Amino acid sequence: MDHSFATPSGFRQRKLPPRMRMRGSAADMTDPSQLFEDTSTSSGSPGMEYRASETQSAGFTAQSLLSDPMSNLAMAYGSSLATQGKDMVDKRLYQFIPISKLKYYFAVDTMYVGKKLGLLVFPYMHENWEVRYQQDTPVAPRFDINAPDLYIPAMAFLTYILVAGLALGTQNSFIFLHRFSPEILGMQASSALIWLIIEVGVTLLSLYIMTVNTDLTTIDLIAFSGYKYVGMIIGVLSGLIFGRICYYLMLLWCCIAIVVFMVRSLRLKILSEAAAEGKLIRGSKNQLRMYLTITIAVVQPIFMYFLTYHLVR
Amino acid sequence: MAFTLYSLIQAAILCVNAVAVLHEERFLSKIGWGADHGIGGFGDEPGIKSQLLNLIRSVRTVMRVPLIAVNSVTIVLLLLFG
Repeated sequence: MDHSFATPSGFRQRKLPPRMRMRGSAADMTDPSQLFEDTSTSSGSPGMEYRASETQSAGFTAQSLLSDPMSNLAMAYGSSLATQGKDMVDKRLYQFIPISKLKYYFAVDTMYVGKKLGLLVFPYMHENWEVRYQQDTPVAPRFDINAPDLYIPAMAFLTYILVAGLALGTQNSFIFLHRFSPEILGMQASSALIWLIIEVGVTLLSLYIMTVNTDLTTIDLIAFSGYKYVGMIIGVLSGLIFGRICYYLMLLWCCIAIVVFMVRSLRLKILSEAAAEGKLIRGSKNQLRMYLTITIAVVQPIFMYFLTYHLVR
Repeated sequence: MAFTLYSLIQAAILCVNAVAVLHEERFLSKIGWGADHGIGGFGDEPGIKSQLLNLIRSVRTVMRVPLIAVNSVTIVLLLLFG
């Protein structure tokens, strides 16, 4: 059988007349065998032909089920409409939430997560805090431990809500038997989320007012603000297991660790390069930026304490 | 510390209303925060005060019309649902 290898459409036209002639089950018999032979002989042709033949075979089995040109037309029209709708939705969604940028923040692997968690709890030994760049774009978090990611903050936030539910459920208050109820869980979640939004909003506002030219995006700030949930979880869990003294000790440790972590991470991004290397540059701008960095870092332990002290009582 | 999303929206609306209510000539110029004070020199350092003044002026310009709609909706909702 000679058929055109040149274009898939030619291939499709070649197949159409036999299908319309044979409407019965004989069509199932001969067409798949023809298609199988086609793909084997066209194995040397470019991959586009092979994919076209595969979709043709899938379309053919569906079409032979319906065996009606009108429904075939309707299906083709419907699938084109669906593709158009999907494109439109993607375009609109992309205007609000940059999805490809979000994907960068979730490109993590287990080793990165483990090392980053260790860094959040014990940042004192780490030497090099710079984010490596690769042709103007930051390297994915998978390859550079200093890059911020959204996986740990998102997971830590969800775990914090669950741990809050656990803490409220296992405690006895003098009014009810347990202080837990589903509404309280929702309230914890929304209040933590709202404090996060407020914190990121105030940070963005102060960065704008001080005209700091950094490459810190909003998502970076959300990531940095979300790292404190890890310390909160550690504090609350140890407080549940070992008692209030342990809660205070672990919270203190995690607070100091996250202050050091934030100062060292943000110093490179907010301050100018010379000041970040440790030289004291006496300019009002750099002083202001240093104050901003320290304020952001010091506000974290305050939040950590306020969002957890009512859970361990 | 019981926050809901609605209280955040209320707080944001109140703050933006507060900024939008500041009148240009009756108030801001009197305390030296007018628009003409903001455009100091064209140096590379805008400075905090001019950034703040810019921010106030742009909020007032941009948010004036949407605030009318948002305030009306909020008032109606508060009247209906308390």
